Amino acid sequence: MDSLAVDLARFQFAFTVSFHIIFPAFSIGLASYLAVLEGMWLWTGKDVYIRLFKFWLKIFAVAFGMGVVSGIVLTYQFGTNWSVFSDKTGPVLGPVIGYEVLTAFFLEAGFLGIMLFGLNRVGKHLHFMATLIVAFGTALSAFWILSVNSWMQTPVGFSMNEAGQFIPEDWWEIIFNPSFPYRLVHMLLAAYLTTAFVIGAVGAYHLLKDYANRGAQIMFSMALWLILFVTPIQMFAGDLHGLNTLEHQPAKIAAMEGHFENQAPAPLILFGWPDMEKGETLYKIEVPYLSSIILTHTLDGEVPGLKSFPREDWPNATIVFISFRVMVGIGFLMLLVALWSVYERYRDNLYDAKGLQRAVLIMGPSGFVAVLAGWITTEVGRQPFTVYGLLRTADSVSPVDAPAVATSLAVFIIVYFAVFGVGVFYILRAMGQSPDVGEGPEEGIPTRTAGITPVQALQNQSGGENDGS
Amino acid sequence: MVLDYPLIWGFLIAVAIFIYVVLDGFDLGIGILYPTTKDDEERTLMMNTVAPVWDGNETWLILGGGGLFAVFPLAYSVIMPALYMPIIMMLIGLIFRGVAFEYRFKASAERRYIWDFSFFAGSVLAALSQGIALGALIEGITVEDRAYAGGWFDWLSPFSIATGLALISGYALLGSTWLIMKLEGKPQQHFRRVARPCALILLGFIVLVSVWMPFIDPDAMKLYFTAPFIYYTVPVPVLVAALAFVIWQGINNPISHARAFVSTLLLFLVTYIGLGISIYPDVVPHRFSIWEAAAPDSSLKFLLVGAVVLIPLILAYTAYSYWVFRGKVRSGEGYH
Repeated sequence: MDSLAVDLARFQFAFTVSFHIIFPAFSIGLASYLAVLEGMWLWTGKDVYIRLFKFWLKIFAVAFGMGVVSGIVLTYQFGTNWSVFSDKTGPVLGPVIGYEVLTAFFLEAGFLGIMLFGLNRVGKHLHFMATLIVAFGTALSAFWILSVNSWMQTPVGFSMNEAGQFIPEDWWEIIFNPSFPYRLVHMLLAAYLTTAFVIGAVGAYHLLKDYANRGAQIMFSMALWLILFVTPIQMFAGDLHGLNTLEHQPAKIAAMEGHFENQAPAPLILFGWPDMEKGETLYKIEVPYLSSIILTHTLDGEVPGLKSFPREDWPNATIVFISFRVMVGIGFLMLLVALWSVYERYRDNLYDAKGLQRAVLIMGPSGFVAVLAGWITTEVGRQPFTVYGLLRTADSVSPVDAPAVATSLAVFIIVYFAVFGVGVFYILRAMGQSPDVGEGPEEGIPTRTAGITPVQALQNQSGGENDGS
Repeated sequence: MVLDYPLIWGFLIAVAIFIYVVLDGFDLGIGILYPTTKDDEERTLMMNTVAPVWDGNETWLILGGGGLFAVFPLAYSVIMPALYMPIIMMLIGLIFRGVAFEYRFKASAERRYIWDFSFFAGSVLAALSQGIALGALIEGITVEDRAYAGGWFDWLSPFSIATGLALISGYALLGSTWLIMKLEGKPQQHFRRVARPCALILLGFIVLVSVWMPFIDPDAMKLYFTAPFIYYTVPVPVLVAALAFVIWQGINNPISHARAFVSTLLLFLVTYIGLGISIYPDVVPHRFSIWEAAAPDSSLKFLLVGAVVLIPLILAYTAYSYWVFRGKVRSGEGYH
């Protein structure tokens, strides 16, 4: 295949998968949040929770729909653009994806309808079950697809046949391959953090307008609790993931660190510009010993450089180095927000903390940026292979002419920006509506028929008095 | 006991694709029929008949694609590049119609026409591309070793266009008979009128494609008229004619609600089985049999263990979901 066709196919996959991951990263977290809200509603009977549930359900429906349609593209793109990869890895990866479809996709899709439309038909408790099942399905889907991705990073449990196909030998080893547990935990936590920042930002937006907005208070507080506990765990998980990568994909670590030479002790390069042509990192600002300390947990441990690997096996260090720093930098900002929230809570000033609220509002999309940066780090870091060390990207591509790929790429770019741009606009608009106005009776009024909103309640939404009906 | 795993999986994939075709068939059919009414209320009703279930219906397409990747990776890696353009067109079509389910109700009233059009055009494009893909597959694709070796417009031919249009009319009939079943009163009357031309056009295409097929594939001709296949080929036209009669009655008889839809499903089943017989035992027609294209038994066995448990479970909760949303759809329902 000529290299143009390979580059086009790579760019198309990168584009469609990057767009796609935004939606699951959000819907995994949001599905769980919806389950918590509905559970709180059933437990406490407070209407504010069902109001918040309905507020986020509409947003969830749009995000989930975009996730579904952008996900189908990926299922087929393995074959359309990476047919050699599909032929060779199908026996190993196909069944794992098959399990994702059978256990997770059907589960989510089967109960989503009830979750969205069925409250009046099945009753509160069965509806809560449906919400739980959808939330479970989204996480289960992550389990399988991250297993697939991890196997491409750290392939084990297979043999090769004469056609050059990977043949499964040990399914347990394949599914629970060495990098999988780390990647799964890191991604699930990332999904929860991403969602928490979105929810926190929406809460902050409404609190900045009216600090007494009860729905916004609950959102803001819940999100910040999650951020407080999950951010440090995520940093710890990320560190373990990095050590795992050092063990199995040292060239990727070298690229992430911007190290071209083997060094012991190795300094940590905070900033710089890894120049692939020159084989060195330019304009670097270093902290002595720190890379050794982080990666080997000793003062003078050896950290590999790219030059200890064949030149043709180098990933693009410039991209990996930068994207890794973007992810880690956002992680530290998240930690800062978490600590700030503790301070404001201690002062009993959380709902009127304008500074914190503005910070959270600005950080609203930060989780998405971090998720994308993290995926760019690990995927570009896997290059130039699709199956690490075994199958080169250039040897994985379909025999499709470059003009065909160029056409489809152009169409995807136009359609995705137009269609998903509108979807994001609808989501933002829904977020801009106050979670306290409009639907539902005020707190303290016992719920009558599940989910049905009495019109009278609209009339006394500000007063909060029992309408007595 | 030694089981013929490729054969079992060939059957299961065929079943998954059939379930997809009929389930998403009526969803897409509804989109295709959107321009037959200008009434906003009626359009909302049409969409609400499938809004709770369309996502589950489309999941069978993922099972078809993912299943092919898993159990017939060679077929998947040959067919997908060969059908590159139709597949991409289908995916784009599915995006436009899929997002319309939510966007339509989020857009302001004056902008709603955009998503109505998106729903319609996306459904037509998806149906057309699926039909074209089928036609191109039947005609055969160029393969060298283990890879597609043709150009990127090989799929375009008069025959594949005919199968594309045939599928549009088939989905339109499924959609209109579904709506006869799910609606009542004036809208139901409307779709009884719409269903008639759909049925006639579909029958015309069935005859056309059946007559055309032997010219495309002389093997099929031989196959049709030698034992043991002749026992299957002779009843097929008879069954099609009988079902066409029942469908027609179901459309016109004002006390029939479900009959036209159910018999249209049977019509799809009969033609699908006929098609399956002529392609069997190949998974890439004229090129790779299911045994040649199959992944090793260790892959097939591993997934089969799960499928045996999970597919009945999926069918059960899918049926539950349809049960929850059973009966006629009326205005004012839905969460929007």
